[in-house]
Amino acid sequence: MSRLVAVLFRVPLVAALAAAALGGATASAQGATISIACGSVGVEFDLCKSGAEAWAQKTGNQVKVISTPKESNEILAMYQQLLSSGSSDIDVIRIDVVWPGVLAQHLADIGAEAGKDVLSQHFPAIIEANTVGGKVVALPWFTDAGLLYYRKDLLEKYGKKPPTTWQELSETAKVVMDGERKAGNANMWGFVFQGRAYEGLTCNALEWVDSFGGGTFVDGQGKVTANNPKAAEALKAAASWVKSISPQGVLNYAEEEARGAFQSGNAVFMRNWPYAWALSQAPDSPIKGKVGVSALPKGGQGGKHTGTLGGWQLAVSKYSKNVKAAVDLAKWLTGPEEQKRAALKASLNPTRPALYEDKEILAANPFFGELLDTFKSAVARPSRVTASRYNQVSSEIWNAVHETLSGRAPAEQSLKKLEGSLTRLSRGGKWQ
Amino acid sequence: MRRSLLSRVLLYLLVAVIVVYTVFPFYWAIVSSLKTGSGLYVIEVFPREPAWGNYVAIFREQPFARNILNSVFVATSVVAISLLLAVTASWALGRIQFRGRGILLLAVLSVSMFPQVAVLSGMFELVRALGLYNHLLSLTLSYMIFTLPFTTWVLTTFVRELPKELEEAALVDGARPWTILTKVFLPLLGPALVTTGLLAFIAAWNEFLFALTFTLANEKRTVPVAIALVSGASQFELPWGRVMAASVIVTVPLVVLVLIFQRRIVSGLTAGAVKG
Amino acid sequence: MAVSGPGIERGPGVPPVPTGATAPVGGEVSRLTRQRRRAAWLFLTPMLVVLALVAAWPLLRTIYFAFTDARLGDAGGWSWVGLQNFRALSGDADWWRAVVNTVVFALVSVTLETVLGVGIALTLDAHIPGRGLLRAAVLIPWAIPTVVSAQMWNWMYNDLYGVVNAMLMGLGLIAAPLAWTADPNLALPAVIAVDVWKTTPFMALLVLAALQLVPGEIYEAARIDGIPATKVFWKVTLPLIRPALLVAIIFRTLDALRIFDLPYVLTGNSRYTASMAVFARQQLVEFQDVGYGSAASTFLFAIIALFTAVYIVAGRVRLSE
Repeated sequence: MSRLVAVLFRVPLVAALAAAALGGATASAQGATISIACGSVGVEFDLCKSGAEAWAQKTGNQVKVISTPKESNEILAMYQQLLSSGSSDIDVIRIDVVWPGVLAQHLADIGAEAGKDVLSQHFPAIIEANTVGGKVVALPWFTDAGLLYYRKDLLEKYGKKPPTTWQELSETAKVVMDGERKAGNANMWGFVFQGRAYEGLTCNALEWVDSFGGGTFVDGQGKVTANNPKAAEALKAAASWVKSISPQGVLNYAEEEARGAFQSGNAVFMRNWPYAWALSQAPDSPIKGKVGVSALPKGGQGGKHTGTLGGWQLAVSKYSKNVKAAVDLAKWLTGPEEQKRAALKASLNPTRPALYEDKEILAANPFFGELLDTFKSAVARPSRVTASRYNQVSSEIWNAVHETLSGRAPAEQSLKKLEGSLTRLSRGGKWQ
Repeated sequence: MRRSLLSRVLLYLLVAVIVVYTVFPFYWAIVSSLKTGSGLYVIEVFPREPAWGNYVAIFREQPFARNILNSVFVATSVVAISLLLAVTASWALGRIQFRGRGILLLAVLSVSMFPQVAVLSGMFELVRALGLYNHLLSLTLSYMIFTLPFTTWVLTTFVRELPKELEEAALVDGARPWTILTKVFLPLLGPALVTTGLLAFIAAWNEFLFALTFTLANEKRTVPVAIALVSGASQFELPWGRVMAASVIVTVPLVVLVLIFQRRIVSGLTAGAVKG
Repeated sequence: MAVSGPGIERGPGVPPVPTGATAPVGGEVSRLTRQRRRAAWLFLTPMLVVLALVAAWPLLRTIYFAFTDARLGDAGGWSWVGLQNFRALSGDADWWRAVVNTVVFALVSVTLETVLGVGIALTLDAHIPGRGLLRAAVLIPWAIPTVVSAQMWNWMYNDLYGVVNAMLMGLGLIAAPLAWTADPNLALPAVIAVDVWKTTPFMALLVLAALQLVPGEIYEAARIDGIPATKVFWKVTLPLIRPALLVAIIFRTLDALRIFDLPYVLTGNSRYTASMAVFARQQLVEFQDVGYGSAASTFLFAIIALFTAVYIVAGRVRLSE
């Protein structure tokens, strides 16, 4: 028995030593080893990996690419664990457009390191979104904005034009939906979007409210503007879609569920991010060649076309042991060559205005040019001004909107409650 | 035992229902693993063109074989150490009266009453303090927090139910505690040990939160994390086919393990039985 | 051969075994008893040491932070706020909704799992061909990683192309597809159904192990006496497996009250199905409010401790002889 015990204890120890010897990257004799966390496995990851390795070749450094979870919240949690403990395990990180406020205290001043001329090559709106307390903490990498996808073949069939207002969308959707159902497709619905109670709903809701001229829940100065008649009108309109032109299940749809419905030919309209375009034109897609893309409708004649600003940025941890090399890697990946490669290979939206006039990019992604205005003037979520409280703010917003959508409370009541909870969170408008 | 035809038919019917109930989603997973792209949205009994490519891609796109080895290492070490500690503790808790026994049992149980997410930060600090971050041993250590209470309690209960005569007979023969434990109890505890070990193994195999937080490099990840990190072309796309292929690959060894050990689970009071 | 088991002690009048193994005779503590007690502590110490090492710091730290206003990422700028977090929790409607969700979830799923688990264990105990394969098959739901099975069920529950709706409509049980995870009335039952599917094997296996330790002679004796099977089950089998069953129920209840993965993957942070752990995580990780989140975790711990105390008392679980 005692021999068994001895073996039991020796095996894990030996295995651990072996693992340590085999695994773990060792720094090479020359150059620095930079660790970069840039997403999960897939086309984006491949692009990042190949880009980082190209940089490593060029500069004689080493690169270690680390996978992160898929869910935004998980990624943020992982970053916070690491950065709060002052760890130097990660040098360059890919951050969401709403995180600069939350992570700023741990990030290096990449704007100062990179220089003003580099910053001026990107969309100003994104640079602004990445500026916290006067310093630019991240370089823009890809941008995203909410778009309206529609079945142009079905619209033609019923003699309808792509809608410019939400009212038109609602009417057109009903006509096409009813027509298609009569023709035999019982699963057909009019409009699918992201209605689950999560960050995506905040993005959708922001689009509705902003398109009616109802503001952005919290304005740029930190004042709570959620409770106003235009916002109520927007939410009322959205609530009217559920169960009439949108399935009840939309209340638990994230991006993939909505795309699934649209891609399998069961929805006339869809609100989603640009990534869905490439997938809809894939060789095995049932709707290949039948899809049109436009800006989201306005809320009536006095409204505006809008889309929520999304996208990813590259930031450098201030605890990194090689800040200069890390910044250099970030500059390379967000440079024109890499962004063009990403646009051609994966339809990822560049953040450089110059690239939107590049012929090759436009040939591969025609709507990049048509929708340039949408990308340039996308509306940002109130993450900068609400800083570290943004997640809570977003949670209050999506809960209030979800209540209205599911019919549990009328729009005015939800917005009033939202105003109250946001004001309490804001600590008198100071948000710190 | 002879049974009437009716009861036999009912029994087999029951077996069929149980099998369908438990296995159907797994069958669905296998079917999904053989699909790609838009085929995932179609409901069919078996895909017209099985896409075996998913299985290949899993191993090509990430160090999946390495991940499986990692999981095997962690789960085995956790179970070995937990069972060792729990068996010794359970003999003391189940057989010997001493003051504070009840309180100790409750204290051990109370460790299992905290949500994992609350324990996460503190555990993270502990792991970093011990220098185990990004090592598989950090998982072996941290998993003790849920395997030890469970194994201790279950084994204590089983030890209590064992007949006293055996122990007393051994004591009459002048045996020392360690000998009693190994020669008398261990064989009898066979089914309990195998069952507890198996359940603990699977719990450690499937644990996600700690594995995600305490390892960083891809080669150090365990299987559940590797599966969760499998991604499609973009942040949003869920490569369902690949994920299901990975899950099938990962579940099969566990099923094999059960098949190997299930005979042990049912060996009854035959070994080392009370003699005369 | 006498049937041995709990409750069959040597009565008075039987010549005392010269070992002092049972309770001290005549108030003396024999040398051997003391030796056994020392051995007990020796055997107990390794497990206690490891558990203390692993559990003490994280648990105590959580309880400590529950009384502060710490935030994640805020290296040292927190202060003691006493019971403020707990007072805020008591008035938080979302928290209490999470408590109700979790308690309902735990009660319903554990009950269903116990009943089904015992049923399956009894079936597995029977002598039928292919027993081994059957046991392996039954373990499959427990063996699939939760991150995968939750996603799998999410897919199966989908209202447009989920197989659950397809089958129910095919059988004629429902007229139109149901939004299982979106409908506030259906979401919690949907989550419960997945949990029952997933953890019944756990119960079944533990009960099966307990059934294995019941000597076959008992069933023989009962059969000879002509006692019907159901009576054998209720009067003989159940009492014999009761200790193991109770332990299994306790641990299942602990796990059910702490559940996180399932509701989180199926329905996210939705308030209709959020469990207490989902609430705590949202506070801790997403809102970075370490103080409030730790208070929620401690409150969760207190609720679980309450449940456990009730179980132990009501089930008369023996902690000491």
